[in-house]
Amino acid sequence: MTETRFADLPAELQEHYLNMQDDLYDGAKDEVVEATRQALEWGQGPGAILAHGLVAGMDIVGKDFGAGILFVPEVLRAANAMKAAMEILRPLLTETGVPKIGTAVIGTVKGDIHDIGKNLVAMMWEGAGFEVRNLGINVDADKFLAALRETNADILGMSALLTTTMPYMATVIERLTEEGLRDRITVLVGGAPLNPAFAEDIGADHYCKDAAEAVDTARKVMQLRGGARG
Amino acid sequence: MDKLLDFLTRNQNFVLADGAMGTMLHAAGLTSGGAPEEWNVERPDVIKGIHQAYVDAGSQIITANTFGGNRFRLMLHNNESRVRELNLAAARIAREVADTAPREVLVAGDVGPSGEILFPLGTRQPEEVRDAFAEQAAALAEGGVDFFLIETMSALEEVTAAVEGIKSASDLPIAATMTFDTHFRTMMGVKPAQAVNALYDLGIVVMGANCGNGPDEIERIVTDLAAAKPANVYLIAQSNAGLPKWKDKQVYYDGSPEVMADYALKMRALGVNVLGACCGSTPEHIRAMREALGL
Ligand code: B1M
Repeated sequence: MTETRFADLPAELQEHYLNMQDDLYDGAKDEVVEATRQALEWGQGPGAILAHGLVAGMDIVGKDFGAGILFVPEVLRAANAMKAAMEILRPLLTETGVPKIGTAVIGTVKGDIHDIGKNLVAMMWEGAGFEVRNLGINVDADKFLAALRETNADILGMSALLTTTMPYMATVIERLTEEGLRDRITVLVGGAPLNPAFAEDIGADHYCKDAAEAVDTARKVMQLRGGARG
Repeated sequence: MDKLLDFLTRNQNFVLADGAMGTMLHAAGLTSGGAPEEWNVERPDVIKGIHQAYVDAGSQIITANTFGGNRFRLMLHNNESRVRELNLAAARIAREVADTAPREVLVAGDVGPSGEILFPLGTRQPEEVRDAFAEQAAALAEGGVDFFLIETMSALEEVTAAVEGIKSASDLPIAATMTFDTHFRTMMGVKPAQAVNALYDLGIVVMGANCGNGPDEIERIVTDLAAAKPANVYLIAQSNAGLPKWKDKQVYYDGSPEVMADYALKMRALGVNVLGACCGSTPEHIRAMREALGL
């Protein structure tokens, strides 16, 4: 799936997307939804709207949150606006052009209730053409395993934001191994307190520092898996 | 006069509280993601031992093992119907240790965040959260705590709900701390001076900062709190023992007892009245703090 690069879009569309990003930044849900509809009317594809409007906007929100310019209330409002727009785009993403490239299960591990980042990853995976089963928060190993079996998933994504809950990822990976699923599933992990060394230590396949990296990594994983199968 | 203020006055306005509970429980075998409050019933000996170790180290306030004891947090472990049981048990264990201590020790009933985001930002109605805190407070009071310690809050709306809920269930004193861990504000964006004003308006006069990003950040935050507070407000500081690090398949905090001893002296100099520690701290840290303070 390749959308037109932002720089190659006509000026009016660029401006439309920049306004949309501003509205997202301000958490103006109705405006973001309206801008999404407008772009669809102008013939923009759902993938392009997601990339140039929503994801690009969330990127700025994420950076300003990291820099201490925005705080959680603003991030939540922006995430809610993105979610509302996604309600419109999701069915279009599945029915139109965007081919399904794989199946992923994602959840925040047991004892942890942070879901903003994980939901962003889930939405962006959907946008990239994955079928995503989002298990929510406080997910234990049993629940992960059941969902992986049910969906016959390619990828498991786990999120943890607490130093007290990140070790639980190791527990889930151990269970995958015990139940003979480990070889079939690529494990991606993320969350603010994690780092690549931790991911390696617990036997995950990849650490993803943000949602954009989670998308890139998942795409690459599918290429490799496709290669191995074919 | 209320019991907490009275206690402070009798101790020249400076008392040593305790350190981490969760850190001690994980060291004792609580698994990642496990429910600390269940141990009030399943492993009361361990909980009692931890309180005792803090008393032996010099703590004059011990905090019941009820941080996640409200129905919303207990729900994560399917324990939402056990609020009374688990809080009552916790309060009684701490009470027993305090009552057999060689000096006066107060028991704080720990009231941590619900984990819910309140309407309109989130979906949870303030009344529901208020009810949950009232339910928890009633059990803690029944179990014999001396006062309530609302801890680690990030949203003013939630502190308000906690104070209202507790007041509807008990007349015991209330102290409150917020966690300024996100660029010197709470994660919801509340600045120290703003917190002081809002808590004071709620009738709280023992207030401060806990958890966070280690002693250095707390120092700046407490400085701000001290500058903003009305004269009749008493300050609490409970810093983490440094910052969390991952090594050898486990998490540890990098602040040594010496680092915390240094923190203790700085806090007293800044005018802190109730001094304790949070994540990563142990009785060893509290002992080092007491010795440095010459208590
Ligand atoms: C493939 O899989 C993947 C791939 C990539 C993945 C991935 C999975 N998951 C994430 N990624 C990556 O992609 C995302 C998008 O780019 C990124 O996700 P992030 O989640 O990192 O980024 C989001 C877009 C925005 N970031 C966030 O949403 C997290 C922001 C902070 C402020 C935060 C929030 C919002 C909340 N919190 Co909490 N909270 C903090 C956070 C501080 C911080 N500065 O990070 C942190 C994580 N919290 C903390 C704490 C202590 C707590 N929180 C708690 C509660 C909450 C709220 C409920 C109030 C709220 C969560 C609301 C919600 N619905 O999610 C409590 C825990 C409850 C529990 N059991 O989980 C509580 C324990 C507080 C308390 N005393 O009760 C701290 C953890 C300390 C530690 N290292 O252990 C904390 C770092 C704040 C701090 N500075 O102290 C990447 O990490």
